[in-house]
Amino acid sequence: MPLSLIPAEFNVQRDADLCIECGVCTRQCAHGCQNIDPEDGSVSSDEKLCVGCQRCVTLCPTGALQVVQRAEQGRYHAVWNTGARRAIARQAESGGMLLTGMGADKPFPLYWDRLFLNASQVTNPSIDPLREPMELRTFLGAKPDKIEFDQQGKPLTKLSPQLELEIPVIFSAMSYGSISLSAAMSLARAAAESGTYFNTGEGGLHRSLAQYGSNAIVQVASGRFGVTPAYLENSAAVEIKIGQGAKPGIGGHLPGEKVSADVSATRMIPQGADAISPAPHHDIYSIEDLKQLIYALKEATGYSKPISVKIAAVHNVVPIASGAVRAGADIVAMDGVRGGSGATPTMIRDNVGIPIELALGAVDAQLRKDGIRHRASLVVAGGFRNSADVMKAIALGADAVYIGTAALIGLGCHMCQKCYTGKCTWGIATQDPYLTKRLNPEIGVRRLKNLLRAWGLEMKEMLGGMGMNSIDSLRGNREMLRGIDMTEQELEILGVLPAGR
Amino acid sequence: MHRLPDFKIPAACGTAGILDRTGRRFNSEDVVRAMSVMRERGNGLGAGFVVYGIYPEHAEEYALHIMAMDQAGLDRLREYLPTALEVVHDEEIPTRPTPTIHDEPVLWRFFVRVPEKRLVGVEPRDERDYLVSTIMFINQEVEGAYVASSGKNMGVFKGVGYPEPIAEFYRLEEYLGHLWVSHTRFPTNTGGWWGGAHPFDVLEWSIVHNGELSSYGVNKRYVESNGYPCTLFTDSEVISYMFDLLCRRHKLSIEMACLAMACPEWEDIDREPDLTRKHLLTLMRQTYAGALLNGPFAVIAGYDGGMVGFCDRLKLRPLAAAIKGDRSYLASEEAAIWAVDGEPEESWPIDAGKPVVFTLEEEKVASLAHSC
Amino acid sequence: MKRIYTKEEYCIGCRLCEIYCIFEHSGHQTLVKAFRDEENLPEPAVMVEEEGPISFALQCRHCEDAPCVAACIAGAMTRDPETGVVHHDAEKCVGCWSCVMMCPFGGIHIDLEEGKVVSKCDLCGEEGIPACVLHCPNEALVYE
Repeated sequence: MPLSLIPAEFNVQRDADLCIECGVCTRQCAHGCQNIDPEDGSVSSDEKLCVGCQRCVTLCPTGALQVVQRAEQGRYHAVWNTGARRAIARQAESGGMLLTGMGADKPFPLYWDRLFLNASQVTNPSIDPLREPMELRTFLGAKPDKIEFDQQGKPLTKLSPQLELEIPVIFSAMSYGSISLSAAMSLARAAAESGTYFNTGEGGLHRSLAQYGSNAIVQVASGRFGVTPAYLENSAAVEIKIGQGAKPGIGGHLPGEKVSADVSATRMIPQGADAISPAPHHDIYSIEDLKQLIYALKEATGYSKPISVKIAAVHNVVPIASGAVRAGADIVAMDGVRGGSGATPTMIRDNVGIPIELALGAVDAQLRKDGIRHRASLVVAGGFRNSADVMKAIALGADAVYIGTAALIGLGCHMCQKCYTGKCTWGIATQDPYLTKRLNPEIGVRRLKNLLRAWGLEMKEMLGGMGMNSIDSLRGNREMLRGIDMTEQELEILGVLPAGR
Repeated sequence: MHRLPDFKIPAACGTAGILDRTGRRFNSEDVVRAMSVMRERGNGLGAGFVVYGIYPEHAEEYALHIMAMDQAGLDRLREYLPTALEVVHDEEIPTRPTPTIHDEPVLWRFFVRVPEKRLVGVEPRDERDYLVSTIMFINQEVEGAYVASSGKNMGVFKGVGYPEPIAEFYRLEEYLGHLWVSHTRFPTNTGGWWGGAHPFDVLEWSIVHNGELSSYGVNKRYVESNGYPCTLFTDSEVISYMFDLLCRRHKLSIEMACLAMACPEWEDIDREPDLTRKHLLTLMRQTYAGALLNGPFAVIAGYDGGMVGFCDRLKLRPLAAAIKGDRSYLASEEAAIWAVDGEPEESWPIDAGKPVVFTLEEEKVASLAHSC
Repeated sequence: MKRIYTKEEYCIGCRLCEIYCIFEHSGHQTLVKAFRDEENLPEPAVMVEEEGPISFALQCRHCEDAPCVAACIAGAMTRDPETGVVHHDAEKCVGCWSCVMMCPFGGIHIDLEEGKVVSKCDLCGEEGIPACVLHCPNEALVYE
C-alpha cells in the first residue's frame, strides 16, 4: 500500500509524569489510535488515526492526555490551508465524496450573536419568575382565525389537533440507525418526562420506544422506512420530511454497517443493506402532490394528528413554506444551513442552503402579510446552541425550536464529526454493541431533562426581564430584538431595528 | 403641531371614566375634577377626553374628528373625503385661546355617511369595515391629516397639555354626554405630539390606557395581519383596534374580548374544575395568543353601550371601580372618584385580568328619552 | 445490607473500577503516586470480566451463608453478624486457599509470590460509597 499523504489532524499529547499506563485510553479508543504494547504494557498513540473525539482524554483517570488540533502544517497558505489540502489528499486516495457528520463547521455568520434581547427598565416592571408563574407552554398546530359561539355562549369552533409543549424545544429528527437505541431511548424518555416531543427521523419507531408514541413526531421520508399503519397511529404528529439543512436537495444514506438486526427489523430492510432515501419523494414532484400526501396522512390518521412538513431553508424558502401552509400543513419545520446530520457530503453541508435566521425572518413576515400565519406553526432547526438562541428565534416568529446537536452534546457528543463511520466512541452514533453500551440511558435521560430544565429556567428569567409572563407575548415580537453588525438589508429581512434605535 | 414619531414612546398615565347608566347627559366639569386630583400622573405632555352622546343631531352619521398638521393637510383631506364618503356636514371644532396650550393643529369635524355605491363589489359588504379601511387610508396616505375619532354620536378631544387646560381649550363645558373618559399622560420623551395623546379611537371604541405593553410587538403584528396597520406606535392604538377586531368583526362579547386579551394563566386553567370552562379558556388562549396583552396595563375602553375597565393578569397598574346612584366610575385612583361625587355607595379595586363592564341600562335610557 | 451490584449492560470495560480500587487500598494520596509505588501496589479486589462486548465488574458478594467463612481453616475469614460484611484478616491467613476454591464467584484473589490471599472486597471500610462505584463512569456499578 502506498504511503498515505493525508496529514494527521490531531496531536495526542501524553504527559509521561502523569500516565500510569492503566490502559483505559486504549480500551476506549474505537479508532485504533491508542494502543497498549502486549510485551511491556506500555501505551502509545498512532496520531494519524485520531479523530479528536476526546473519549480517551475524558476517561483518563490522571488527566495525562490532551488531544489538540494540529496547527497549520508546512508552509502557510491562506487559501491552500491544511484543511483544504487534507480534503484533496483524502479524495485522491479514496476517489469518493467527502463525508462528514454534524452541522457545518465553517464560520458562517451567526445572526443569533448579532441580535440582542430587550429588558424592562422603569417604564414597565420586569417580572420575577420566582414569584410569578412564567408560561412557556406552547401549542403547535393550525389555529382558527376566530372563535364562534352559539346562542348559549358555547364555542362552536373546533380546534385542529395540537401538540402541547411545556417548553418550546423539541428533539429533532434523529433516526434509530443513525443513532443508537440508547440515544433514541434517552431522547424519547426525556421528551416524555419533560412535556415535549422527540422525532423518530426516518428510521421507524423501535418496539421498545413504542410506549413513548404519544411524545413521538414520526417521520415519513422519501425512503418510507418503517412506515406502517401502527407507526402512524402510535404518534403525536406525523412529519413529511422533504429536506434537511445539512443536505438540502439530496437523499439519505445509512451505511449497511449500521443496519444491525434490530435496525433492519425497525426499518423493514435487509440486515447489512445500505438504507438509501431517494433525493425527492418520488410521489411528490410538485406542491399539489405534497397536498395529496398531507391529506393522505390526515386521512390515514383520521384527522387526529397535526401534519408537519419539514423543509431545508433554501433560497426560495418563502414561497415553499407558504405553499406548504396552503397545502394544508399544520406545522412547517425549517432547517437552516447549520443543521446537523449523521452523514452528509461535506460539500453539500457546507455550501447549500441559507441561515435559519434569515429564512425565519422572511417566512414569518410573509405568512403574516398573507394573513395565514395562524394556519400553521413554525418550528425552526439548525444550530440552536442555547436558550438565548431559542428566545431570539421565538421573538423572530418561531413557535418552537428543534434541537439535535445540542441534545447530543448533552448526551456526551464531543463533535468529532465522525458519526458516519459508525464508530462513535460515545455510544451515540453507532450500532456497535461494544460502543452502544457506553451510553447508559438512565444517565442520558437525566442529562437531557437537566438540559431542558436549565434552558427553561433561563428562558423564564429572560421573559420576566422583558416584562412578560407568557411566551405568547414573545412570539413574533421583534420589538424585543435589536441588531448589530448587520447591513440594512439583513436588518430589514429580520425585521429588527439596529441597536440604538 | 409636531410630527408623528416613528418609534414607540413609553408613558405612564392617569385615567378616569364616568358613565350615567340611564343615559342622562352632563358636561365636562365632573371628569375634569376627577382628573385634577391625579395631576401627579401626568407631565403636561398629553391629555384628552372622549365623550359619548354629544351629537344627537347627527346621531346617524359617523363623526370624524380630524387633526391636520396645517391647512394644506386639511385641504388634502377635503379633496380626498368626497371620493370615499358622503360628507353631510362639516365645521371647525370650536376652541378658545388658552394659556399653556400652543402649537395646536388645525381641528375640524366631518359628519359622514358611507354611500351605498361604495360597497358595491366590496367583500364583506360591511360599511364599518369600509370605514375602518378608509380611516387607515387617511392616516397612512393623506399627508398631514389624522383621524382622532370616527364613531357615531361621540368624539375625542385631545392635545398636548394637562387635562384642565385641554378641556378649557376645547370648550368642553359646552358639550353634554352620558359617558366621559379622560386621560393624562406622562410620556418619557420631551415634546408631545397632539395625535399621540389619548384617547385612541376607532369607530365607537375608544381607549385610554395606563401602562406599557411588553407584548406590543406581538399585538401590533396580530392586528396588522388582520388589516389594521399601526401608524401611531402606541399601545392604546393597538388596543382600540383589538376591540374593534374582536367585538365587531369576530363578534365576541365584551367579556370574551377581554378574556382574549387577559386570559387566565395556564396554572389556573389547569386547576379549573369546570371542564366546559376549561375547554373554553384553552381554546381562547390557543386561538388568541397574539391578542394576549402582557406587561402592565390598566385600560378604560369606552363604547356606545358603556365602558369597560380591565387590568393585566398581574395587576401591575391600578384601576378602581365605583357606583353611586345612576353613575358608574372607573379611575386610576379612588380619590378621583370621591372628588366628583363624594363617597361612593360601592367601590372596589379591579381584579387582575377580570374586566368590569358598566353598560347603559336600556330600560332607563328609553324612559329618559320618553320623558324628554 | 447494602451491596455492590453490577449492571452488565452498561459496563464499558474501561476498568476504572480496578484502578480506583487499587488507589483506594494503596494508602497514597494521589493516583499517580499510588501507581509509581510499584513495590506496594495492591491487587484490585474488583475484576472486570470481559468477552467481546460483554463485560462486567465482579467483587466479593458478601454472601449471607458465605462458603469462604465456612471453609477457612485459620479463622481468618469472618462475617460480621451486625453488618453482614465478610472480612479477611491477613495476619491470621495461612494461605491454604480453601476460600478461593469455595467462592462460587471468583471474588477472592491470591498472591502467587506470598502464597496468601491478598485481596478481597472490603466495601472500602464500609464508609460512604465504595471507590469502584463512585468512579464508574457509566453507573454500571451501584451500591444499594
